[in-house]
Amino acid sequence: MKSVDYEVLGLRVGLEIHQQLDTKGKLFCNCPTELSKSGQPTYEIHRHLQVSESELGEIDRAALEEAQIKRRFIYKGYDTTCLVENDEEPPSPLNPDAIDIALEIALLLGMTPVDEIHTMRKIVIDGSNTSGFQRTAFVASDGKISLGDNLIHIDTVCLEEEAAQKISEDTNGVVYSLDRLGIPLVEITTSPEATTPGQVCSLAKWIGMILRSTGKVKRGIGTIRQDINVSIAKGARIEIKGVQTLDMIETIVEREVIRQVNLLKIKDELRKRGAKKVKEVLVDVSEVFDSPQGIGKPLKNNVVLAVKLPSFGGLILWEIQPDRQFFDELSDRLKRFFRGAFYTDGLPNEIGDDQIAGIRKKIGAGPDDCVVLVVDEESRARSALNAVIQRANEALEGIPEETRRALQNGNSAYMRPLPGAARMYPETDVLSVPISGERLKKINSSLPELICKRKGRYVREYDLSDDLAELIACSEQSALFERIIILGVSPTLVAKTLTATLSELRREGTPVQHLTDDHFIGVFEMISANKMVKEGILEVLRVLANTPSKTASVASSELGLEMLGKEDIEKLIMQVIESKRDLIKERGTDAMQPLMGLIMERVRGKVDGKLVSSLLKEKIYGGINGEDRKRGMGQSEG
Amino acid sequence: MMIGDRIKVQRGDITYKGTLMPSRDDSIVLKLDHGYNIGIKKDAKTFVKLIEKGKKIVPQKTPAPLINPCLSTVSILTTGGTIASKVDYRTGAVTSQFDVEDILRAIPELREIANFKGEVLYNILSENMRSEYWQTLAREIAAEIEGGSEGVMITHGTDTMGYTAAALSFMLVTPVPIVLVGSQRSADRPSSDNAMNAVCAAKVATSDIAEVSVVMHATMSDDYCLIHRGTRVRKMHTSRRDAFHSINASPIGKVDYSTREIETFAEYKKRDEHKVLVRDHIEPKCSLLKFYPGADPEIVDHYTSRCKGLVIEGTGLGHVSTEWIPHIKKAVEKGISIVMTSQCFSGRICDLVYDTGRDLLKAGIIEGGDMLPETALVKLMWVLGGTKDPEEVRTLMRKNIAGEISGL
Ligand SMILES: [Zn+2]
Repeated sequence: MKSVDYEVLGLRVGLEIHQQLDTKGKLFCNCPTELSKSGQPTYEIHRHLQVSESELGEIDRAALEEAQIKRRFIYKGYDTTCLVENDEEPPSPLNPDAIDIALEIALLLGMTPVDEIHTMRKIVIDGSNTSGFQRTAFVASDGKISLGDNLIHIDTVCLEEEAAQKISEDTNGVVYSLDRLGIPLVEITTSPEATTPGQVCSLAKWIGMILRSTGKVKRGIGTIRQDINVSIAKGARIEIKGVQTLDMIETIVEREVIRQVNLLKIKDELRKRGAKKVKEVLVDVSEVFDSPQGIGKPLKNNVVLAVKLPSFGGLILWEIQPDRQFFDELSDRLKRFFRGAFYTDGLPNEIGDDQIAGIRKKIGAGPDDCVVLVVDEESRARSALNAVIQRANEALEGIPEETRRALQNGNSAYMRPLPGAARMYPETDVLSVPISGERLKKINSSLPELICKRKGRYVREYDLSDDLAELIACSEQSALFERIIILGVSPTLVAKTLTATLSELRREGTPVQHLTDDHFIGVFEMISANKMVKEGILEVLRVLANTPSKTASVASSELGLEMLGKEDIEKLIMQVIESKRDLIKERGTDAMQPLMGLIMERVRGKVDGKLVSSLLKEKIYGGINGEDRKRGMGQSEG
Repeated sequence: MMIGDRIKVQRGDITYKGTLMPSRDDSIVLKLDHGYNIGIKKDAKTFVKLIEKGKKIVPQKTPAPLINPCLSTVSILTTGGTIASKVDYRTGAVTSQFDVEDILRAIPELREIANFKGEVLYNILSENMRSEYWQTLAREIAAEIEGGSEGVMITHGTDTMGYTAAALSFMLVTPVPIVLVGSQRSADRPSSDNAMNAVCAAKVATSDIAEVSVVMHATMSDDYCLIHRGTRVRKMHTSRRDAFHSINASPIGKVDYSTREIETFAEYKKRDEHKVLVRDHIEPKCSLLKFYPGADPEIVDHYTSRCKGLVIEGTGLGHVSTEWIPHIKKAVEKGISIVMTSQCFSGRICDLVYDTGRDLLKAGIIEGGDMLPETALVKLMWVLGGTKDPEEVRTLMRKNIAGEISGL
């Protein structure tokens, strides 16, 4: 594929980053912000959501589309969820800790907080919020960050409640889990100012770094999500939702550009062919299939409906994204409600050539026209073909504005139309929160050091390697790292322990989550006091993780890892030398190596190897004792 | 500058544009273009400029729905409980809907159940209800029935719905169902219980159950509603959907929301067994007094000095401290009717078991049986409205009039 000139295409990308905050309680109740540990629901609620069409009017296409599919929602509750999540009780006031973190993030992004935070209800009727709305509050606006030579504006920071997790969906309804509902999150929206896929990725990384610098955001899969807004000059605004890994961002943007370029090609082709708006003429062609053989679905209670898409011949198979064709754009639109069979020209199917010819004749399709067939119960079949017609007509105009879902490979699939802007009204159950100057001053005076700066400092001050500095600066252990360094131990050793050693223990299945700061400090206090050698760290931490009630010194003495004193070592060396006199006589100083091996075998982990080596050297070179030494010297002189 | 005007607010380095919204304090509340509201402090750094005057929003009226000749006619009388509301996402304004057409527009499913007509009677919070409003309501209901309504729905705030239901139960003899309904979770949320409660209530209003009842959610789910007898129902939770419970009696039945089928599990008066009759006499000078450990007996004197009747919520089987007994005796001797009920709500009064109880009986209290304290109060008002004779009051209070008392 030839390289794409994003400047010529006029690529504009913006990000919407959702980050869960690591507060103790939820945004509007005191339930824990952790997912249920047992995963065992203790109760279940069934609900419906209602929004009258008249209220929605044209304002909210997305909500309207949801409302058309009247669904039953099943909520699983836990011993860790309360009446607020159940929408059975008014919410508590906005969690002040969450407000503080949101303000801190806003200030780090150079934004101006509002004087007074007002909580709004944003209508969401897919069932992911028991109330039928998401509570959300505007916290700050007007920020900017520089990314290389570019200045990117950060439009808004909002504080929101996390939605419930969808567990499954079937004909009975949609099942949601309530434990995630209400976890505070910040939503950061940038201006659509990134102009290359690479820049979008750097932008996401930079904002992610700032978020993690606070040390007050959740980490791990699912705790941060990015939505990407992509448009090219002649294209349309497309929002791609649910991107969970940064690595995919570049590919997703690249593939969306490809999609828009290809859809524009289809538009041009249709114009060239003189295509006109597709008419809503649905023809019942069931009779062509009077013999049940040859069609995937039995015809009982079902009909076969056909529509002609004039001038669309062949376009169905045009590639839109790698491995996705224009066909997928059509079929995506049906997936929400259509369970029947779908056929069109050029796709593999079991329909006989005679039958196809019969249908084409019946609906008057010429060689340039495309035919789409659906098999289902009649009303559903009609809705399905109408959705196909709508999408086909949109192709004549270019690219429809959509919300799309990111797929694993970087492609995307249709979710729903872009929501209209105004589907919010005040949450009257929650009082507005004035933000005082003192509060801002306090937060401003204790803003955290950014991870990027921290890394530089670690390289400069502690002489860590670039990689190690990055690793420890990004990790949740950086504060602990700095606490341990004060003990006067090697920063590199501490950093490696907190990164590589921990990973190694984690890999072997040791429950490292049980290790506390005190455990680490205990271990390094012993190192610093020469009571333990660094070779014993892994073993001691393993014991502590398995039995967190122990202290580092208890663990190391149980393991027999306590450091030997100098006298003990000398005694041991003397014993070994005594027993290997012959060897020393025979090999002289060459005996050093094997003797060292013998000694270390017996004391590894209890003694610093360097000390053993220097003591051993002294003894061998200097003779077995002082007298020998004198004698030896005399001999050489003589 | 007026609410609804599009304005520009400059504050320091930052400029906000949006629509001016009502504010609870002296800050400026602005609805920004993406829908969010924010509050802006008014001080020397704040400059406001009008961009455009707001347009008046003319509410659109939909034409009255067509009458379906196959369905019966139900009247909806609204008293202020919000069963429907409308959200204007442009301004963020939420308006309560009381008009029948507006209610039908908000809850279109109702159209499949009956033809509706109606009247806005009151627009008050249910805590502002008064006994004379019960009287008016009873007369209006009777008028609707006489005018051909085959069922009556009353929308009511949930806080005092039980009192109104009890009052109507005593005041009306009815040939058609009279159903009180409301919502526990505000009608301005998509998850509100309003629609299901209204649909189930309408189902009861077109049924054979010619009783005064309260129809509300039975569980936290949107699965079915219970039909509670008006004299036996009590709000038992501040906020949950399933707040309403029948106490000391089985509910009359239930309505399944998905099938809309009614299943009954108690006796009830059938449609057209009786002619409509209003007995709306009431004596508002009655009180309800809760006893608590150490309560000053002079409270009894204070209450009885200004009341014609008093209901006491005693402990357990119906007790108050021995200190109270002479004060109660004195009041009864003055001709004041005093009814004993229990703050346990569940279970019946029995003043024969312990000495205190026997002394209370000697002092002249009327045992409230298994009546709810609130129902006993409303009944006492109603009985005293009809007769001043203490012996007749005693007899009527002990007699089952509207399913309020049992086991006599
Ligand atoms: Zn909770």
